[in-house]
Amino acid sequence: MMADPIQSSNVTYDYLRVKKRFPNVWCAGCGIGTVMGSIIRAIDKMGYSKDEVALVSGIGCSSRLPVYCDFNTLHTTHGRAIAFATGVKLAKPSLKVIVVTGDGDGLAIGGNHFIHACRRNIDITTVLINNQIYGMTGGQCSPTTPHDSFAATAPYGNMEKGFDPTTLAKAAGASYVARGTVYHVQQLDKLIYGGLNKKGFAMVEAFSNCHTYYGRLNKEGDAVAMLKLMKEHAMPVKAAKVLPPEKLEGKFLTGVLWDVEMPEYCELYQNLIDSFQEKDKE
Amino acid sequence: MPHRITSARKLMQGNEACVHGALYAGCRFFGGYPITPSTEIAEGMARLLPKCGGHFIQMEDEIASMASIIGASLTGTKSMTATSGPGFSLMQENIGYAYITEVPVVVVNVQRGGPSTGLPTKIAQADTMQARYGTHGDYQAITVAPASVRECFEQTVKAFNFAERFRTPVTMLTDEVLGHMREMITIPESGELEVVDREKPDVPHEWYHHFEITPTLVSPMASMGDGYRYHVTGLVHDQDGFPTANPNEIKAKMDKLRNKIVRFADEVTQLDVEMVDDAGIVVFAYGTTARAARQAVHMAREKRIRAGLIRPITIWPFPDDQLRELLAHVRRVLVVELNQGQLIHEIERVAPKTCKVAGLTRYDGEVLNPVEIFKRILEVK
Repeated sequence: MMADPIQSSNVTYDYLRVKKRFPNVWCAGCGIGTVMGSIIRAIDKMGYSKDEVALVSGIGCSSRLPVYCDFNTLHTTHGRAIAFATGVKLAKPSLKVIVVTGDGDGLAIGGNHFIHACRRNIDITTVLINNQIYGMTGGQCSPTTPHDSFAATAPYGNMEKGFDPTTLAKAAGASYVARGTVYHVQQLDKLIYGGLNKKGFAMVEAFSNCHTYYGRLNKEGDAVAMLKLMKEHAMPVKAAKVLPPEKLEGKFLTGVLWDVEMPEYCELYQNLIDSFQEKDKE
Repeated sequence: MPHRITSARKLMQGNEACVHGALYAGCRFFGGYPITPSTEIAEGMARLLPKCGGHFIQMEDEIASMASIIGASLTGTKSMTATSGPGFSLMQENIGYAYITEVPVVVVNVQRGGPSTGLPTKIAQADTMQARYGTHGDYQAITVAPASVRECFEQTVKAFNFAERFRTPVTMLTDEVLGHMREMITIPESGELEVVDREKPDVPHEWYHHFEITPTLVSPMASMGDGYRYHVTGLVHDQDGFPTANPNEIKAKMDKLRNKIVRFADEVTQLDVEMVDDAGIVVFAYGTTARAARQAVHMAREKRIRAGLIRPITIWPFPDDQLRELLAHVRRVLVVELNQGQLIHEIERVAPKTCKVAGLTRYDGEVLNPVEIFKRILEVK
C-alpha cells in the first residue's frame, strides 16, 4: 500500500484536525492556509507540545484558522483576540499563547487592544494576516487598504490611507516586529519562529492575497498574479540598507524589522508574587 | 496561597466586602477598568491579589476587561471584573460570549444613574433589565443583589458558586450607596460559607466533550493546558465545540443553555420574606431600596397596617413560582425601585388577578427614604 503522500511529506499534517474540520472555509488560492502551515512549522521547530499551545483568534477569514489546528483553540469576538489572550497568558503563563488576527480584526475594531498589548510587552506572539481588505463580509475597506484602492465600501477609491502595522507595533512598544509574505514561505516560517522565541510581545505581519475581493476590485488578477506582485515588491530589509532610495520606491520591507530585549509583563508580575511569598516565609 | 484577613471583625465598604468575598470564594484573576462608583473593587484587587498568588490587570477598556476574565477562567482560574453602567454596556457582547461558550465568570455592576454618563456619583437601580437582557440573542441570566455590606461579601461568594455550578456568567448588582456605605462585618472563617468549584472531567482525552449534554445539562470543564485540547467559539457549536449549521444540533445547544438554568432555578432563588403571612399589602424592593422599604413596613405595622416585605436577593431568574404563591392572598403589592419602573412589569406578569400592583419610583439620583415609602403605603393600601 502506498503511504499517504500528504501525511508522509508534510509535518503540518500531525497538527491538524484533519478528520474533524476539513475542508476549510477559505477560497481556493487564499494565502491564509500558507500562514497556517508556517505557524505550525514554527511551533514544531520550537518543540512545543500540542497541550501547551493556546491559539487565539477574533473574527474574520484569518480568525477561522485555529479551528483547523489541534491545540487549545479559542475563537473569540470581533477584535478582541488579544484581550482574551492576555487573560489566558497572565492566568497561566506556562501556556504558549499565539494570536491569529487580520487587518480588520487586529487594527480596526481591535486596534486598541493591539497597541496596549505591545505597550505591556506581554509574552504573546501575534500573527497579523494582512490582505488589505475585509474578506468574510465581502470586500469592504480595511485599515490597511491603500489610498486610492477600491473596495466594496470605497467604490470611488479609498480616500483614507492605510496603517503600517509594523511601525505601529514598534512605536507602541513591541519587542519583536517582522514582516513576511505568503510568497516567501520559508522566510515566513523563520519570522514566526523568531516571534515564538522572543520573550515579550512579538508581531509578525504576514502579507497575504485576497484575489477574490482585493485582487478583483483592483485588477491585480488571480492568486498567482498576486503572489507574483509580492515577489516583485518585497524587499529584504538587509538588502534595502545598501540600496539608494530611488530603488526602494514602491517596495515594502520584509524580514525582522525590530528586535529588542525588554522586561516581560508576566515575569514582572511573577517577581511581585514571589516577593510576597518570601516576606511570608520571613 | 490562601487569603488571610488579620481581624475577623472589620468596618468596611460594600465594595471592599466584595473584594474580600471574591478572594474567599477563590477568585485569583481580576481584569478591570476604572469607573465610578466601582473603582474600590479594582483597587482592592490590585493590592491583595498578588499577595494571594493571583493576578490583577488593568485593561485598556471594559470590553478588554470582560475578554481577559473569560480567557483567564478558561485556564481554570476563578475570575471577576467590576464596573458600573457604561462599562456594563461595553461588556455585554462578551457576556453573551461567556454564556454561549459556558465559561464561569463574575461581573459586579455597582449601579449609578444613567443612561450614558448619567450620574456617575449617584445611586440608581436602572440596570436591572440590562442585567437580564443586555446581551443580544436568547439569554438566561443569573443575577444576585445584596442589600448590606455583609451581604456584599456573602453574595459575591454565591455569585462565584452559581457561576461555577452552572458554567455561566453571573452578575452581581449593587449600587453607589451600598458600594460606599460602611458597616461592621464579621469575616466568615474558612469553611463557614460553602465554596463551589466547577466540575472537572475524569475521562480520558478521547472521550471528553467540552459541551457534553449531561443529565444536569452542565458539562464538566477542563482547563486549557490540562491535556484536553478543545475548541471554543462564539459560533453556535456541537458538543465538541465545533461550529455547526445543523438545525438539530443548534436547537440542542440552545435548549441546553436555557434549561440548565431554567430547570434548576430553585437552586439559585433567594428571597427574604418578612411579615407576609397576614399581610394585606406587600412591598417589593431589592438592594439599598429594600432597607428603606423594611423601615417603612415597620412604620406601617406600628400604625396597625398589615404590611409585609418581599426582598429578592436573586433577581434573575425571576422567582415566578414563589411569588405567585406568596402573593396569592395579598390584596396589594407595592413595587419600589430607583428607576422609571422596571421590576414592576415582572410583578404585573406574575401577580394574581386578585392582587393589585402599584409602584413607587425615584430617579433623581437620591435614595427613597422610609417616610416616602410609608406615605405611598398609606395611599395604596
